[in-house]
Parts: sequence; C-alpha cells; structure tokens
Amino acid sequence: MNRNNQTSLFDGQLMKEAFVQSFVKLNPKLMFRNPVMFTVEIGTLIMLVVCITILFGETHEGSFGYNLTVFLILLLTLLFANFAEALAEARGKAQANSLRKTREETPAKKIFVIGDMYLNEVKVVPSSTLNKGDLFICEEGDTIPMDGEIIEGIATIDESAITGESAPVIREAGGDKSSVTGGTKVLSDKIKVRVTTQPGESFLDKMIALVEGASRQKTPNEIALTILLAAFTLIFIIVCVTLKPFADYAHTPITIAAFIALFVCLIPTTIGGLLSAIGIAGMDRALRANVITKSGKAVETAGDIDVLLLDKTGTITIGNRKATHFYPAVGVDQKHFIQCATLSSMADETPEGKSIVELAGVNPLSYNVKAPVFIRFTAETKSSGIDFEQTRIRKGAFDSIRNLTEKAGNPFPKDVADKVTAISTNGGTPLVVCENEKVIGVIELQDIIKTGIQERFERLRKMGVKTVMITGDNPLTAKFIADKVGVDDFIAEAKPEDKMNYIKAEQAQGKLVAMMGDGTNDAPALAQADVGVAMNNGTQAAKEAGNMVDLDNDPTKLIEIVEIGKQLLMTRGTLTTFSIANDVAKYFAIVPALFIASIPALQGLNIMNLHSPESAILSAVIFNAIIIPLLIPLALKGVSYKPIGASAILRRNLLIYGLGGIIIPFIGIKIIDLGVSLFI
Amino acid sequence: MNTEIAGIIAMFVITLLLAIPLGKYIARVFGGEKTFLDPVFNPVEKFFFKASRIDVTREMNWKQHLYALLSINFVWFFLSFFILTNQGWLPLNPDGNPSMSPDLAFNTAISFIVNCNLQHYSGETGVSYLGQLIGLMYLHFVSAATGMAACAVLFNAMRERQTSQLGNFYNYFLKSCTRILLPLSIVLATFLAFKGVPMTFEGKDTITTLQGDTVKVSRGPAAAFVAIKHLGTNGGGFFGANSAHPLENPDYSTNMAEMIAQMIIPFAMIFALGYFLRRKKMAWAIFGVMTAGFLLLAVPTVIFEMNGNPAIEKMGIAQHAGSMEGKETRFGAAASGYWSIATTVISTGSVNSMHDSSMPISGAMQLLAMMINAFYGGCGVGILNYYVFIILAVFISGLMVGRTPEFLGKKVEAREVKIAAVIAILHPLLILAGTALASYFAAGDTPMGWWFNGNATGWLNNPGYHGFSEMLYEYTSSSANNGSGFEGLGDNNPFWNITTGIVLLLSRYLPIIGPLAIAGLLADKKYIPESAGTLKTDSSTFSIMVFAVIFIITALSFFPALALGPFAEYFTMF
Repeated sequence: MNRNNQTSLFDGQLMKEAFVQSFVKLNPKLMFRNPVMFTVEIGTLIMLVVCITILFGETHEGSFGYNLTVFLILLLTLLFANFAEALAEARGKAQANSLRKTREETPAKKIFVIGDMYLNEVKVVPSSTLNKGDLFICEEGDTIPMDGEIIEGIATIDESAITGESAPVIREAGGDKSSVTGGTKVLSDKIKVRVTTQPGESFLDKMIALVEGASRQKTPNEIALTILLAAFTLIFIIVCVTLKPFADYAHTPITIAAFIALFVCLIPTTIGGLLSAIGIAGMDRALRANVITKSGKAVETAGDIDVLLLDKTGTITIGNRKATHFYPAVGVDQKHFIQCATLSSMADETPEGKSIVELAGVNPLSYNVKAPVFIRFTAETKSSGIDFEQTRIRKGAFDSIRNLTEKAGNPFPKDVADKVTAISTNGGTPLVVCENEKVIGVIELQDIIKTGIQERFERLRKMGVKTVMITGDNPLTAKFIADKVGVDDFIAEAKPEDKMNYIKAEQAQGKLVAMMGDGTNDAPALAQADVGVAMNNGTQAAKEAGNMVDLDNDPTKLIEIVEIGKQLLMTRGTLTTFSIANDVAKYFAIVPALFIASIPALQGLNIMNLHSPESAILSAVIFNAIIIPLLIPLALKGVSYKPIGASAILRRNLLIYGLGGIIIPFIGIKIIDLGVSLFI
Repeated sequence: MNTEIAGIIAMFVITLLLAIPLGKYIARVFGGEKTFLDPVFNPVEKFFFKASRIDVTREMNWKQHLYALLSINFVWFFLSFFILTNQGWLPLNPDGNPSMSPDLAFNTAISFIVNCNLQHYSGETGVSYLGQLIGLMYLHFVSAATGMAACAVLFNAMRERQTSQLGNFYNYFLKSCTRILLPLSIVLATFLAFKGVPMTFEGKDTITTLQGDTVKVSRGPAAAFVAIKHLGTNGGGFFGANSAHPLENPDYSTNMAEMIAQMIIPFAMIFALGYFLRRKKMAWAIFGVMTAGFLLLAVPTVIFEMNGNPAIEKMGIAQHAGSMEGKETRFGAAASGYWSIATTVISTGSVNSMHDSSMPISGAMQLLAMMINAFYGGCGVGILNYYVFIILAVFISGLMVGRTPEFLGKKVEAREVKIAAVIAILHPLLILAGTALASYFAAGDTPMGWWFNGNATGWLNNPGYHGFSEMLYEYTSSSANNGSGFEGLGDNNPFWNITTGIVLLLSRYLPIIGPLAIAGLLADKKYIPESAGTLKTDSSTFSIMVFAVIFIITALSFFPALALGPFAEYFTMF
C-alpha cells in the first residue's frame, strides 16, 4: 500500500468538517436510512419532551437534572455516530481530491485548430484540461497523457508496464489497434490522437460521488446486516414495551428515562452508529491503496474471491527479462560470440538489450567498429542487430533467426537447437544470435522472479484463494515458473479467449474469480470476472469493463484488494458481535436499577454493585455513548486480517470481540459509575 | 442420593446409545433405502398411497411441501374439533363425559395438532375414550410425523447440490408414522401395559380401600396413549395428573422408559442428519451444543431440587429427600428435576411432578428451556428451530472471518437473514406480548366479562412474583409448543383458551415455514465448493458461536421477565 497517502486519522481540518456534518446529519430524513440510530433519535426526542413537561410541573419522572442528563447523553450518542460517518466521508473525499490533483500533472501537446487554413498550433497543456474530442500529438519519448484513439500515424509503443509484454507494440490509425492508453510511452514515430474520455466522468469522479454518500448504495452484506440489526432493535422494542405491564403488575413504577435508557443501551447502537463509516472507510482504504472502485460491492466481493488470475509478467516476474548466460555454438569462440552479442545490442534500448551489454561487461564502443548501421527491431522481422563493414549480426527469437539462416541456406546447428529447448524448459527465453546468416550461439534470458512473491502466494493459499498464472510462454517455461513461485495453476500460450473460458469454467463451479487486465481484448474477461481490476494505463474498454481501476498499474494489487474486502466484512462482523455482547453487562446494570426501589431483593442481581439506580442507568448510557467514538479508529482502519484459516480467525475474533465485548462494559460501567456517584 | 444421580445419568446414556442406531435407521427411511421392516410396511404403504391416489415419486419444491403440510393439518384440526365438541353423544363414552365447550375444544384441538397439548381439561372427566383415541391420540401420531416430515424436507434441502426437488411430503409423513413412530409405540405400550398401565375400553372401576371406602378409579386405553405421548414429544396425558399419575407412570422403571422414549427421537433426528448428509461431525457438533445447553439447565435444577427448600429448612424441618413438595416419592427429587428440564427442552411437556412447586431457580430453568426451545427440541421441529440459529450464527461469523457467509456451500444473503430474523423475533414476541396482555389485566384487576368469570386476578392462585411466573409460563409453554403447565393458573376459560390457542397456531407453523423457506431458497442456489477460506460449520468454534447466538437472542430478551418472576422470588426467599 502506498504509505504516502496516509493522512493522520484525526486531521484537524477533517475533524472540523466532520463536526459540522454531525449536526447536519441529525435531520430525520437522513437518519431514516439507519433504523437503529433512527430509533435512538426518537428516544432522544421523547426525552426532550419529558424534560419540558418536568419544567411545566410533572413530578413522577424524576428530577429535571437527571432527565436532562439522559437527554444530553442520548443526543451525544447520535452526534458520535454521525461524527463517525462524517469523518469517514471527509477522509475519503480528501483522499480522492489529492489523487485527482496528482493526476493532473501529465503534460499534453494539444492541437489548437486555428481558422480554416488548418495551420494548427501545438501547445503544451496539463492533461486535465483535455476534453473529449480534443486532439493531441505524441512523439518519440512522450508519455501519452490520456486515453484516446489514433487518427493519424503509426507508432511503436512501450506498454510493457501494463501488458507485461516486453516487446513494444505497434499502434496505428484505423482498425483494431488504434487505441492508446494514458500512461504508456511512445518509442518511435509520431501520432495524432483524439481524446475519448470526458473529464468528470472518470472513475475518480465516480468514486468521489460514492464516498460522498449521494450515490452510495448499500452492499448486499450491508443490507443483510441492517436487517439483522433492525431485528435486534425490534426484539428490544418488544422487551421494553412489554416491560411496562410487567412492572405495573409488580407495582414497580418505571420512569420514561429508565425505559428509554434501557432501550437505547440494548439495541446495537455501537455497530448501528459505525456501520456506514465502516463501509465508507473500506472504499477509502481501497483508494489509499490507489485503487478506484466503481461500487462498494466490488470491494466486498473481493473478500470472497476464490480464484485469482494473474499475468506472469509484471506480477510474478519483473516486467523485463535479463540476460544470464552466453552459449556459443560448437566451434565458435566464446569471446567472439560475446563480442557479436554485445555489438548487436549496442543500440538496443530495450531492457533486454541493455542487460546483454551489462552481462558481457564490455563497453561496446571499445570494439571500435566503423560506420555501423543499426537495425531496429520491427514487428515484421522480429529481430534486431547491426551491420558494419562486411558483417551482419542479428539477434532474435528462435523462429525468426531460423527463418533467416535457413533462407540463406545455412542449417540450424543441432547443439544450439538443443540449448534453445533446454533454456525453455528452465523457464528462460532463448535469444539466438547469427553472424552473416550463420548461427553462432544463443543468449539465455531469464525472468527475474519478484522477491517475496512466493510468500504472497503462500498467503493467498492460506486465505483460500487459488492463483492462476497467465503467460504467453510455452507450456514448458510456464510450468517451470509456476512450480518455482508456487502458483496453483497456469495457462500457457494464453490467448484472450483462454482467460475468458477459464473464468467461465471456474464460475460454473460456483467460484468467484478476480483478474487484472489492461488490453481491449481483456475487456470481455474483465467484465465476466466477479472482480475485474483494470490498469489505469489500460485501454478505455478495459477500464469500462472492470469494476476497479488500479492507479499504480501494479498487478500484485489484487492481493491487497482481497485483504481490504475481507477487512471490511470482518470489521462489520466483529463490531456487531462486540455491540451485542455488550448487552449482557448493560442488562446487569439497568434491570436491577429498574426494580430495586420496589423489590429490594433484586439487589442480588446488581453484581457490579453500582451506587444507585440513577447512577447505574447514567453509567450504562454514558458507556453506550462513548464506546462509539472510542471505536472510530478501529472502524476506519479496519480489523487486521491474518490468513490463519477461517476457524482460527473466528476463534481469535470471538475471543477478542465476543468475550471482550462481554467483559469490557462490566469494567467500563463500573468505572463510570464510580465517577457518576460523586455527583449524585 | 448417589443412586438417584446414577439413575438420571443412566437415563441419558441409554437414550444416547439407542438414539445413534435409530438415527441411522431414520436416515435410511428418509433416504428411501432398504430397511429390515420393508416386507411388513411396503404393502401397507402401497395400499395407502393407492387408496389416496398419491404419486410418491412426484418431487415437491418447498412451497408445495408447505402447502401439503398445512392443508392436512387443517383437515385434522376440524376432525378433532368435531369429535371433542360432540363426544358426549358419540360412542366409546362409558363414563358419560360431556362434550367440550367450543373455546376449550378450539384450544384442545389446536394444542394437539400443533404437538403442544396444553390440556386445559382433565382427561378423566373431560374426554371420552373416542375423544382420547381419535380426537387426541391420532393427533399424537400425526403432529409428531408432521414435524419429522418437515425435518426430512430440511435434510433433503441441506444436501450438497442445487435443486428445487425436495422429495414427496406424503411419503416422508406416512413413513414417519409407519416406520418410526408406530413400531416404537407398540414396543413401549406393551412394556407399559405389562407394568400396570391400563389398556381397556371399560369405564371407571370401583375399588374398596383399606379403610373400607369405595373409590371410583378412572381407566381406559392409556398404555397406547402414553407410549406415543412420549415418543412423539406430545406430552398430553391420558389422566389429568399426567405422568405423575400412578396409572400413567407406575414406578421408576416406567419413569425411565417414558423418559428415554421422549428424548430418543429428538436425539435420533440429530444423528439422522449426520447420516443423511454424511456429515457425522456436524451431527456431533449440534449434539454437543444442545447437550451443553441441556446440562446448563438440568444440573442447577437437579441441585436445587435435591438441596430442598430453604424456607422449609428455616422452619427446622429436615429434607433428606430434597424438595419433595409436588413430587412423587417413587421418583424422588433428582429424577423429577431431570424430567422437568428434559420435558421442557424438548417440547413434550408431560410432567411427573408439579412444576408450580419447583424451586424458583428450577422454575427459571424450565422457563429458559422453553424460551430457547432449540436444545434437542420437539420431534423434528427441534432441528428446524436450531437451524434458524445456525443461519444467524453463520451470518455473523461469516462476516467475522471476512467472507460472505455461506452454509453447506450456499450463500446466506439478505432474504434468508430476513426470514431467520422474523422467526427469531416471533418467539419472544408471542411470549412477552401474551404475558404483557395478561399482566396488564391482572395489574388493573380488570373485570373480564365473557372472557373470564370475574376479575383478572381471579385466574391466579398465587399473588406476586409466583403469579407472574404462572402467566409467563403458560405463554412460554404455548409458544414453545410444550404443553406443560406451571398450573395454579385458572386457564380453562375463553381468555386463556383463545389467547394461548392463537399463540399455539402462530408458534407452530411459522417456525416450520420459516426454516423450510430458508432451506428451500438455499437449496435453489448454486453450490460453492469448500476452500481454505470457508468457515467450517462443524467446528467447536462455530458451535460456541451458535451457542452464543442462542443465548443472546433468547436469554437476553427474557431477562427482565425472568427477573420479575423466578429471580425476584428466589432472592426474596432469603
């Protein structure tokens, strides 16, 4: 997770904003969305009426001061709950705004059409000022500022950071390959591009609307939990209403304040007050990880993922391969081979090319070749190299070099062919070098497996998530890497439809599948997957199809997203348990207090030995109120997730939040009572 | 004392040992597999199905099951109601007992059809033999079989597959009667008849006592009646004093047999679940939670009953036998205390002592047992009740482990939670609202007019906390479909007959409809295979969770009521 995005939990400015919002949210219309807190609001209003009637001479309801205190504590309970929600919202908004600012900084060469003469002027503007339909140009070395469609020209573009394919791709006007994505880099030529997205319709804007609550819809689990909490509220309404005739029968008058205090303490106000804050905080945490979600549901679903489809390059291995060995053909001098390999890579700007020079450890300029002509890699020849004097050196994939040499009538040496197979089986990529159409050896390129990736897969396995590696490599190479890093399955020589079929097959078994993708041809699979994460530098189609966008273009992000989803559910579950478990202590505080006056024997139930009925009731409602702000940090940060197996997590959480939820209020209420009894 | 405790431990262990093979047999019956009774019952069942033109191969979805269940129950209600209101002139009435008043017949017919058997009458004077056999004993069988058939539908829905086809209700129902209830009843009734329980159609007998007085003693076809009353967890006695009556429960051995009989099917249904689903571990997990709950209720009760009454002790009277008020000397304090909890955790409601005379804490435990109503529970319906708590526990603990909750490979979502929540609320609602209504009238000592002859406090034999417990007990017993009474309450009048009758209807059918609806909805969902992230629902941790959910929902909602009733009584004793 990007630590730079952490703002302090209680930032002054945010606190101020949340404070104001706490009062605004008292509006019953807004409150109605939350049945638990809505009933508390009704209780608060009733207490207000009781206070007023006492001022007008009502004598059966206890002192004015006592009733006013109960009223104020209830009001505070409401404000605390609102504050939690408002703070979560404010943090989310602040986060989204700061992200938006950083995104505005890519320079764009915008074309201003002047007059009818088409004497176009090009000015550099920030990418944020580009509108849909605007034109811009990109030249060699430029980063494409925004998603768009090429309307003129052809260019090689480095999309390795997204697609993982180390070879640059060619994009040209017209046809399928006309779309370019923001963040990718033009390596050659010049293109004219038309912007295809409207500012304000970006995912970031959608996300901000989600956080602000206007368009925030409750997720399925949140709805189910709200139903459960409403049911608990209903049970305690029944308990409190029926208590009135019970008490009448026992000749025990109960004041309205005591009834409302009992009710408010019993209903799950703790989770009720924090519920929406938890949901917003979940999306906010995703945003902090630089992931933009289109809905809260997507985050929640991420926690349920059974199968994770990951591209090999960029996720499991570092985007680029590195040269690791030189294998000269039989009869070729090692030194000579290295020299040729180095010369062929002299002008090669690709990371692979650079790594060859690096491995050779010789400065190619020291060979002093005269009048070199560098042959660039083209999509057609699939090879690159150098021509000087009478020498033509080429390096490239096995197939392309074989074509080249066999065309010239030179057979492909068997020992090199064997080496090529051996390298493939070991997970490497062979790069064959030929001199004057004669094969002189092979360079081994190896994928560099990211450090710590094995541990991450181990962690996923413990979470119960099956990992599947997708790669364009041949099955041999794929299997080697899959075994080495410990993924559960792999798809080799993957075509876009393979991903789609794999997802469908898993889903048919009832599993939830997540995948990351970037290309337009990933779009159907992204849409089919239950959680589709599109790279920010992916195509527009990919971003539309997925339900999340990763701003960092980091393929390992899915692991974090899964954890965020799990945390979200866990936070709700544990706080619900905590809230309900608290009822045990509250019962033991309030029920004796209700009856002690007329049934002194029930002092036996006053196991906390609270000072007086009034102090017991006040202590319980005060505890009930202050537990909300005390739990705000937990609600916003989320309960920490450890992949230790479902039963172990349940045991741990049940112990902390269940047993803790029973014990803590006993201690808390007793301490508050000691304080309150000083004033009563 | 030690033999008394050994006696109750023996009862429990024998029940368990018999229940495991019985559970296996029940699973085979519901699974349509071969059983050793096939040669006897296959032709009989074929005849029934042919005569009633039922195609047993027609599979039903959960709605069709409920339709079948409710419609046949509806018909039997009227049959029973008709016999009870007309038994005075109908045959088999050697003692000349009168027909029942409509409100009493309404209450009686309902309470037998719903497996509660509240009995606001006395068997000796209130019902003819025809009424006993056709009006009541027949319902003993069918109400128990209804519960078991509903449970079979649940089992079928819980299997690992996606389907809406959940077997044939009539098939489950008839087989519950013929293959399970009838054979066991024959065995038990024979044993009881040999032990001295009457089995005759002759009227009252006249005997001369040692003093030389002549006494008329009621008798009748009691042995058959008593057998199914326990096996079907019905609890409605042949005689008014139920199993405390010497002709219904002559000695310790019959007491033991009746005790084992009433618990064996609820036990066996749990193991049947294990065999049927091939999830024995889950069956033991459920049994473990239920047994823990049962022991938490039974142990304090037995201790309080064996320790005797502190009020009597203060008077300087020794109580070597424990608290013996309202108990039979042939059973003793321990066996009576054990029975009082067994009969309240399962929905039998037969009594071998007067619960009204139990110690206050024992009374609280009996009340709690019925308020929870899911530890073992009634024939078949015990598991249905427990299933609702499982769903709620699955939901909360699913969230706690960070995964959308699922149970046996099916996702538990808003709709299922909604139904489970409604069913969980229903029980406290019916008990508390009913008691509130009665307390309201009693508090104001309201004249009740047609509803009750006199003022409302007139229905209480005891004032104060104990009176409150009596009212609370009556509604709790009704809502739990239990049927035992705290007694001491004047309950044969329109007010109690009608209000408890309504509670009975709601508390029987909604808790059957709810779980079956949830199970039906879940069965229709796509099956998700287990992964390492799936919460195991047969683990001990999850079992603790279920226990906690049961405790929180039931015990907590009744805490204030219990505080005003038995707890207040207990604390004022000192």
